This record gives sequence, structure tokens and C-alpha cells, in this order.
Amino acid sequence: MSTASTTHVVPAPGSRSPDIAFKWVAAFAAAMIVILIVFVGLELYWGSRLAIAKFGVGFLWSTEWDPVQEKFGALPFIFGTLLSSLLALLIAVPLGVATALFLTELAPLRIRQPIVMAIEMLAAVPSVIFGLWGIFVLIPWLRDHLFVWLKHWLGFLPLFKGPIYGTSMLAAGIIVAIMILPIITSISREILRSVPNLQREAAYALGATRWEVLRIAVLSYARRGLFGAAVLGLGRALGETMAVTMVIGNRPEIAASLFAPGYTLASVVANEFAEATTDIYFNSLFELGLVLLVVAILVNAAAQVMLKSMTGSGPIKVV
Amino acid sequence: MALSATVSHAQMLINGAGATFPQVIYTKWFDEYQKVDPSVRFNYQGIGSGGGQKQILAETVDFGASDGPMSDENLAKAPRALWHIPTVAGAVVVSYNLEGDPQVRLDGPTLAGIFLGTITKWNDPAIAGQNPDVKLPDEDIVVVHRSDGSGTSFIFTDYLSSVSPDWKAKVGKGVSVSWPVGLGGKGNAGVAGQVKQTPGAIGYVELAYAHQNKLPVAEMKNSSGIYMSPTLDSVTAALAAATIPDDFRFSMVNSPGATAYPIAGTTWLLVYAEQKDHAKGEKLVQFLRWAYSDGEKLAPSLDYAPLPDNVLKRALDRVNSIKY
Repeated sequence: MSTASTTHVVPAPGSRSPDIAFKWVAAFAAAMIVILIVFVGLELYWGSRLAIAKFGVGFLWSTEWDPVQEKFGALPFIFGTLLSSLLALLIAVPLGVATALFLTELAPLRIRQPIVMAIEMLAAVPSVIFGLWGIFVLIPWLRDHLFVWLKHWLGFLPLFKGPIYGTSMLAAGIIVAIMILPIITSISREILRSVPNLQREAAYALGATRWEVLRIAVLSYARRGLFGAAVLGLGRALGETMAVTMVIGNRPEIAASLFAPGYTLASVVANEFAEATTDIYFNSLFELGLVLLVVAILVNAAAQVMLKSMTGSGPIKVV
Repeated sequence: MALSATVSHAQMLINGAGATFPQVIYTKWFDEYQKVDPSVRFNYQGIGSGGGQKQILAETVDFGASDGPMSDENLAKAPRALWHIPTVAGAVVVSYNLEGDPQVRLDGPTLAGIFLGTITKWNDPAIAGQNPDVKLPDEDIVVVHRSDGSGTSFIFTDYLSSVSPDWKAKVGKGVSVSWPVGLGGKGNAGVAGQVKQTPGAIGYVELAYAHQNKLPVAEMKNSSGIYMSPTLDSVTAALAAATIPDDFRFSMVNSPGATAYPIAGTTWLLVYAEQKDHAKGEKLVQFLRWAYSDGEKLAPSLDYAPLPDNVLKRALDRVNSIKY
């Protein structure tokens, strides 16, 4: 009984084709990401096969990196990558979440937008600029002030022993922390904004103070999402290259002290790839790339497992 | 569109890739040569010596360039005779950060000791003995080296290997080595930056970089026992006195000669003895003849040391025997 005038409300035969087309385009885009990762992995494996054949799994825990003797091992670089990223997270997550809390819960409305813009501008600064700033501004300050202070008060810990050069694992952690702060803050802010007001109101209704509201109603509700923000930050920290190379000291060594120089997987590849002339050297650098990919996948997988085991009903927007 | 079409139609493109150290002068040469012969255009990519060697072996470029001579192993991979031809030379200078920028003098074994970590204080007798007029502080020496693979490191470690058996046995020479002590800085700028920022630091950079940035540089004792400051003349003198084998794969560190600066090295073009493409080969040889006459004269203004006459003549002979 429908009239001709309503036909464009009821789908005409064949009008589902845009839907289907879109579905396939979207599926193709998603598949491309997976295919890309697989191809990157295969290419890295292929490029490193000589090193894999020569050094076997021992490559993973050998601490030697000697291009002259052609003895290669990845452990100092794996250590440096994980430690510098961990330091970055330890600094950036509390700062980022606190900033996000301030921006969503506490700050007067008119200053929120300027702060958000400032944080987003931080994300637009190129890596190499952070590195240069690190060498010329941050490192001298760390060497003459913060590190001296840390050594004075916490020097009994192995973490803060040894000579202070400035360029160090800790400097790398601080630089990376600054670089991942924008992403952690932005995502945390989105997560916190998506906490329903009902949560807060319910807590207030129970007589909670403002701090209790934040802790019980907001943070604990949003913890899974915030964890996801940290994981995204970690992903960036693991692969950060340029700025880290400029401040970490580039020494393949496993030292207890955070004042000692270190080295990361991404940095050594960036440093030595262009001049690697022998096959086994070239292959070993490729294998470091493969190790970095695997480390990143494992860390993310571990994060997923931890996330699953976390309680909390809040949004898990990003993971 | 029309313009680019006519240009590309008339021009032949010759591709090269490799070493970063000579990139500045090569780029200058290609620019200048454009005026000499507008029918050919050179495209050079400074992707590093490793990349240059790989690309010329794979024949994806018409010539390669390298800051270190190719290893026998790599050279054996060449499909036919591949020649090294030296173009210009450079020096590696030792820079330091001491209060008041005093002029420091060092000999090879002392420098090796510092970089091996056996000499750790500025007032160590080994240093103080050579610098009676300088008041050296009781300060830790902070060693800074290149973290990226580079021809600069190759020349530097080649020198230390030639003056210190200990260095040769424990570390050796290479574009990257396993450094016994010290911090790694990326590029000349990274090393110079860390030396400048760190009291008591010592590091090594290219002569051109040190000159342009007015860094304090050490005078090095040469094999005749004379302390030489690094200058283009003392580098050319080192090259003139160096023993150069027929295949041009040589090292010129610790060169004999009273006026030679000891930490110096050359950079090479890698070209096939027989060019596959007749027209390109001809243009390449013509360019190289120009480079060894007019081109070399441009070197000093860009802080490169030109080849001395004896080496220049041999290089030119080699160029003239390229077949195409």
C-alpha cells in the first residue's frame, strides 16, 4: 500500500551494494595492516637469516657487540630498550593521568582548551628536535642539578651510583617520557571524559569527598582505559629512535646505575645500518630489527593478558 | 612540463651513491661540471659507505663511493673488476674540553691509552710529560666516540691500531668497533656536542667540522716525532708520503714524512674497470678527468685536502684506463 513518495525510505532492490562495498573496503584496510606486519616480519627474518644460522638463540643473551670480530648479541640492546621504556612509563603515566584528571575534573573551563593545545603541540615537535634540546639543554641541567641531587640523597641505591656523564639511561627515559606524554594525556583525557556523570553523582551522594570521588568513582572506573593509554605510550617508547640515540650514550652495556650510558635496539640499527659492509654484520642488524618487532608484540600481548585479568567495568576505548 | 621534457631529453643521468664524508665536495663537483658539460647530470646520494658498496656490487648505480677500502670478501662479490680510485683526503682531529682551551699535544700510544681506558686522568704522567707548559687538571677524562658507523671512526681506529699493539689486539679497526670505554655521540655534531657539554671530555671529529666550528684540536705526534696540527697541507703531506699499492686500497695513517699529520685518510670512488654502457662510461671518464684537474682545486675551499701530485697522476692513469 505504500505510495511512490515513500520509496526512498524503503531500500530499493540493490541499494545494499554500497554497504557491501564499504564492508569489503573496510575489511581490506584491516587485512592490510595484518598483512603488512606479516610481511615486515618475513622480510626481517629473511634479512637476518645468516645471523640466525650463525648465532642461533644465543644471539638473544650474548652481551657482545663487536663488528670487528663479527661477534654479535642483542641482550644489552633488549635491556636498554625495555629499561628506557619502563622509565619513560614510570614518569609519563602518573604525569599524564594527573594532567588528564586536572583537565577533566578540576581545571576551570576556560584554561582547559589552552592546556590541551599545549600538550598537542608537544606531540608535533619532531624527534630530532627533542634530541638536540636534550643534548644542549636537558643533559647539562640533569648533570649539574637533578643527577647530583639524586646521587646525594639516593646514592646508596645501586640505581644512582657511579660517575655522572649526563648522557645516560635515565636521560633517555626522561626524553621518551616527554615524548609519550601527549598521547598518554590525550587518551587518558578521553577515557576520563567518557566516565558517566552518574558515577560521580552516586559517589557524592554517598558523602564522598572530591578526592574520594576521583579515586573511587572516576579512576577505578576508568582504570582499564587508562592502562590502555599506558600501553599505547609504551608502544611508542619502544620504537623511539632519534632522540634516544642522542641522549642515551650509545654504549652496549648492562649497568645497574641509571646514570650509566645504555643503548637501545632502535638506536643501534639507526646508527650502524648505513655503514654495515659485511654480510653477517648487516644480517645481525636486521635480526635486531626482528627482535624489536618480537619484543613489541610480546609486550603488547602481555599487556592484553594483564588487561583481561583487570577488574573494572569502565570503557576500554583504546585496547 | 615542456621545459622538464626538453631537459630530460637532452641530459644523461649518471647515478652514484655511498660515502657521506665527501658528499659536500662531490655535490660541488657535479654542480660545477654541469657548466662544463650540460649534457650530463650526476645524482649522488650520501647513503653511507656500506650502502655505496652494496649498490655498486648490485650495479644499481653507475659508481659507488666509500670512506673505507672494500674488504677482500666484498670485492670478490663484484661481477667483474671493480676499482678503487681515491678522490680527496681528510683528517680526523682530536678535540677536548679543558678549562681555558690550552693547546694539548698527544702521541699515538697516549691517545690509544685514553681510548682504551688505561689513562683516565688529565694529569696522568703520560699526558703531562708531553705538555710541560700546560697546567692539566686532576680531572677524569670522559671519552666520546662516534656511535654511528662512519669513515671517521675507521680512520681513527686504523690509526690507533697502527700505533698501539694493545688497541689492535683488543679492539681493531672498523667503521664501528666495540669501544672499551666512553660515550657514543651521533655524527660529528653529536660527538662535538658532547665534548663541548662535558668538562674533561675528549673526542674525535672530522677536520672540516672542527675547522668550521672552531673546536680546540690536539697536535699529534707523527712518525718522525714531530707534533703536527691538522691542516690541509699536513694531510696532503701525509698522503704524498704514504705507501700506495696498485689497487689503491691503502691506509695513510701514521704516514712517514716530517710534515705529515698522522690521523688522515682518503675516500674512494668505486667504478667498474669495464663500463657496460658505452655512452655513460665515456661521460663518467670525462667527468673524472675534469675532477682530477679542475675539481681538485675546489677541495681546499671546502676543507678537503687535495691529492698530492704523485697520487693525482696515478689516479688519473687509472681513470684513463677505464674501458667503455
